[in-house]
Amino acid sequence: MKALRNFFEKTKPHVQKGAKYHWLHSTHDAFFTLAFVQKHTSKSGTHVHDYIDLKRTMGIVVLALVPALLMGMYNIGYQHFGALGQLETAAFFDLFLFGLWKVLPVIIVSYGVGLGIEFIFAQFRGHEVNEGFLVSGMLIPLIMPINTPLWMIGIATAFAVIFGKEVFGGTGMNIWNPALVARAFVFFAYPAQMSGDSVWISASGVEKMADGFTGATPMAEAVLGNTDLNVWNAFIGLIPGSIGETSTLAILIGAAILIITGIGNWKIMLSTVLGGLFMGILLNIFAVNAYMAMPFWEHLIIGGFAFGAVFMATDPVTAAQTDRGKWIYGFLIGVLAILIRVVNPAYPEGMMLAILLMNTFAPLIDHYVVQGNIKRRLKRVQQSA
Amino acid sequence: MSDREPLFSKKNLKLLSDPLNSSNPITVQVLGICSALAVTAQLKPSVVMSLSVMAVLAFANVIISLLRNTIPNRIRIIVQLVIIAALVILVDQVLKAFVYDVSKQLSVFVGLIITNCIIMGRLEAFALGNKPWPAFLDGLGNAAGYGWILVVVGFARELFGSGSVWGYKIIPASWYIENGGFYANNGMMILPPMALITVGIIIWVQRSRNRKLIEE
Repeated sequence: MKALRNFFEKTKPHVQKGAKYHWLHSTHDAFFTLAFVQKHTSKSGTHVHDYIDLKRTMGIVVLALVPALLMGMYNIGYQHFGALGQLETAAFFDLFLFGLWKVLPVIIVSYGVGLGIEFIFAQFRGHEVNEGFLVSGMLIPLIMPINTPLWMIGIATAFAVIFGKEVFGGTGMNIWNPALVARAFVFFAYPAQMSGDSVWISASGVEKMADGFTGATPMAEAVLGNTDLNVWNAFIGLIPGSIGETSTLAILIGAAILIITGIGNWKIMLSTVLGGLFMGILLNIFAVNAYMAMPFWEHLIIGGFAFGAVFMATDPVTAAQTDRGKWIYGFLIGVLAILIRVVNPAYPEGMMLAILLMNTFAPLIDHYVVQGNIKRRLKRVQQSA
Repeated sequence: MSDREPLFSKKNLKLLSDPLNSSNPITVQVLGICSALAVTAQLKPSVVMSLSVMAVLAFANVIISLLRNTIPNRIRIIVQLVIIAALVILVDQVLKAFVYDVSKQLSVFVGLIITNCIIMGRLEAFALGNKPWPAFLDGLGNAAGYGWILVVVGFARELFGSGSVWGYKIIPASWYIENGGFYANNGMMILPPMALITVGIIIWVQRSRNRKLIEE
């Protein structure tokens, strides 16, 4: 630790203004603040500082994502060996290491491309490197199917960082969740790699699926009217799906971390779930086909609903800012996600589109909540006057 | 012309060159975006569209400029529209006769040249107050400024969206995932949103090179 600090102290003069390597100063700054807490104190204005800066906040979110990531790795191995019919002979670590081997390149590409672009932009614009990508870089691999080619993930990440974030002014200015922009990009640009029943499980070398295994996600099955779901498997995450979205259990652990540390907003999570349940019940009441008649609560454990509700909808930049706005925002995400999922067969998963849509509307919701508040208080003043 | 200005004087050349860059109809004045998004999925229709707009705009400019002293001010818009519409019908017939397949691809967008803001804009802003020759150059310049954006966007969209240029396959068939390769066409390039983003990139590059264009 001491050696690291000495290194930063020793290199600091070289990146000062006017020095030879000044153009690297934001890179220096970025790594320094990642390792240590800044020592500088305020000269004016606010004097209370919190050690939980943006980097630490992001760190906790990444920590909360780890259970979903580990479970996703295990599930990839489980699906692979299951499809081969070798589940009895394969050991726990075989499954896990296979998944690790498959997922690691995706994470490396996502972080490499995204952080590379962030650093380049920071150097050009002469500002600090923004920390926002620490979370996006982890979210992007988790919401991609395991068989997505790496170059597609690279392009999608570049697109998301440049057009989802940097053109709006960088972290904190973006309208849409960058990770979802990346997913939407792949979804619309390369639909063959994002849907169907061959992309969700790593089944290279599998001639014929073993009994009880299928490459189709439970949602794709449900669209076809096959709604008998193995609830326990869906809950702990042994179903085909994007890397991090399958295990509701792991996502709940992540949600607990976010809520206890106060970093994720429980109002948005709860209202999203309520919205989903509400729409599910509504569809149950007016059911005309098997999918609509599927028990409403099963929607919460299949597909990306739980993952989106916990990690995507709660993104503090793109969500609604006001308390009442958060309830409306979350509720509508839940309603729209289930509505798109069940009613529109072209989009088997509605969570991505629902969140992106409500990201767009979040400022509008906030506007009317604030205006409503002003109006109410004005009335109160006029009545008392 | 009393002062006998040379045909390609500096002022006249500026009429040709300005719209290519610093007063580009699409990237600076943000006119004619609709057709720029609609016809640029491939290179060939983009080129044909550019040439059609060039023909209509140059001749409409000349005709309005010739008539400029006789058009009553209160009905000038309708006179302009009649002239543009007549020219567009001519262009449409020529396209149908010689490049029928492209004409079918462009479909309604040839007819919609009538409502293209660039043409009305140039007639109002330039042709009504200038002599025929400068008006002709202005028309050519603005149509070229419109055209090169269309061609660039059309080129990029066809290359990345369909893997071809001018209808010829550029990306080898063996690269594709279906044939055991690694590559796939970007389906989003075919969709209009990507045309908007491509135009956005051009605007971005242009304004970072020419900082005077950045609005406060």
